[in-house]
Amino acid sequence: MWSFIHKLGSPPWFFRFSGSLVRWLLPLTLALLVVGAVWGLLVAPADFRQGNSYRIIYIHVPSAVVALAGYYVMALAGAISLIWRIKMADIAMKAAAPVGAALTAVALMTGAIWGKPTWGTWWVWDARITSMLILLFLYLGVVALFEAYDNKAAAARACAVLSLVGTVNIPIIYKSVDWWYSLHQPASIKFTGESAIDVSMLYPLLLMITAFYGLFTAAVLMNMRSDLIWHHRDAAWVRQWTGLK
Amino acid sequence: MSLLVATDVAVERGDRPLLRDISLRVEAGELWQLTGPNGVGKSSLMRALAGLARLGVTGDIYRNTAGLYIGHSSALKRALTPIDNLRNHPACDVQADNDQIAMALRSVKLGGYESVPVGALSAGQQRRVALARLLLSQASLWFLDEPFTALDIAGCEWLERHIAGHLESGGAVLFTSHQPSRFGAEQRNLDLAGYASV
Amino acid sequence: MPVSDAPSITLFEAFFRQFVRHGKALIASPADLMNPLLFFFMVVTLFPIGLGPDPGRLSQMAPGILWVVALLASLMVSGKLFASDFEDGSLEQLCLAPHPLAILALAEVLAHWLGTGLLLALMSPFFAVLVGLPMQALPVLVVSLLLGSLCLTLIGAVGSALTVSIRRGGLLLSLIIMPLHVPVLIFGSAAVVEATRGGNTLSWLALLAALVLLSLALAPLAIGAALRISLDNG
Repeated sequence: MWSFIHKLGSPPWFFRFSGSLVRWLLPLTLALLVVGAVWGLLVAPADFRQGNSYRIIYIHVPSAVVALAGYYVMALAGAISLIWRIKMADIAMKAAAPVGAALTAVALMTGAIWGKPTWGTWWVWDARITSMLILLFLYLGVVALFEAYDNKAAAARACAVLSLVGTVNIPIIYKSVDWWYSLHQPASIKFTGESAIDVSMLYPLLLMITAFYGLFTAAVLMNMRSDLIWHHRDAAWVRQWTGLK
Repeated sequence: MSLLVATDVAVERGDRPLLRDISLRVEAGELWQLTGPNGVGKSSLMRALAGLARLGVTGDIYRNTAGLYIGHSSALKRALTPIDNLRNHPACDVQADNDQIAMALRSVKLGGYESVPVGALSAGQQRRVALARLLLSQASLWFLDEPFTALDIAGCEWLERHIAGHLESGGAVLFTSHQPSRFGAEQRNLDLAGYASV
Repeated sequence: MPVSDAPSITLFEAFFRQFVRHGKALIASPADLMNPLLFFFMVVTLFPIGLGPDPGRLSQMAPGILWVVALLASLMVSGKLFASDFEDGSLEQLCLAPHPLAILALAEVLAHWLGTGLLLALMSPFFAVLVGLPMQALPVLVVSLLLGSLCLTLIGAVGSALTVSIRRGGLLLSLIIMPLHVPVLIFGSAAVVEATRGGNTLSWLALLAALVLLSLALAPLAIGAALRISLDNG
């Protein structure tokens, strides 16, 4: 197993491995997305109180969940890069940041779309949405910090430090915002014990969450691949790969 | 035991490789000058050998004794007096008391200036305050990047004398300079032009 | 003869000397001490002008106004924290010192806090009068700002250490640390709001104190790492 992890650090090996991974992951993810979207947006029953407008949660909740998980993935990659000086972890961290930021933005926009018919305004400062907004700033900070550094190796280290600092703070931020104002519905999915939402709405939601995780992974891998190709554009293995194409 | 051992050191700046395959052994009493054209990487190598740069430096560098680095910047706070600056120097290697510091300042011909804020001194005088640390530190390895800059003739003579004295008491000095070699045969040269990465 | 390699001064001594060095430099430029206070004064004045002079509404918003302005003042001074050390070469020397950079940097941050955050917290009652904060909330205001400004200075120092090698990094600094300041703002202003209602402020202040302890423990590590990274960039 260690030799597998060791091989992941080699750009040409990782490129081939990720290529075969994405080749089936991307179609599978897209298929899951289509099935989940159709199921949630069209097939699942309407909500008792909110009617059909609740359906946006099939996009809002998965994007929010994966956006938060993505920050931890980014910080973990940064930690690996800082501690073991593995360049591939740097590349993974750089690849995850814009994807996570985009997902956070999607979560915020779909949250606003949900809010308008439900509460009457495009924006409501409830705990969850506010925490999402702060998460967006955390992501943007990492992206901006990377762009601002001239020396890109130092930039990766700086972003790793920043992501780790953010990681420590995220639970504190979430809890403090929670105590500040709780208006948003309490968490309606519990993986242990009874769920508060009906099974017919839960299953498509879980499917969409899985699909979004797949989407995140595929997007990060594709980002990493293009980053590797650009950085090693003069190397023999890249010339060979593009030549074949 | 050598004071400094460097093996297969490569230095890059940004993403550009500067130097490679540098190996160096510095013994007690040796004087080394790093020479080469502008931009070849003298300062970068000096910083790497002193332990400052870590990113972009590969190879093994072992310093077996305490080092002292004086670079282009003087590391002096303009609002503080020379005595305050030296006593509270950020390198934390000044153990002397105020009298010893005052004596060191007299040695660099800044006798009456103990209580004058450094910002009021000329560039040459500030340089001399920075160099006064050589008298106050116990470090054996000196890394001096262009130490003769901004010094007048008397200042240069002072520095040469103290470098010689340091070598005699078993220390070692590495320096760079744009001015012609002044130490004659005792000095060893490391010409970096031969190690430049293309 | 070459001498021993033991650090020539103890860690405590080195910490104290760096503290004194920055303390003296701060005192020697009174502008750096007065600027945050003047900023606080100016911006607090803007709120009644913008919101209208109705005393009821003002005193209701006073805790939030005072805390937000304190946060902005802290952002303003954070940018200067390691800048002069970076420019004059002191940072290089600090990295070469035989003591942990985290501890030496902490000395600088604490000296900086005494001259900025502490001063602001002690002067805050004067500004509280301008926005009509009820008198009974003043002690809690001062305590919350004392604890909170220390947190804000420590977090701001992390941001400053990360951005010191970037030209015009001031806005980037604010972007980076603004999310991290949110819990401090929430707990601090909640404490003052509770004080105006005569409720239990102890739990909010205890949370603030917990943030202070967490920052004191973890921020220096991040600051030390970030300073070395910044040196590698410049």
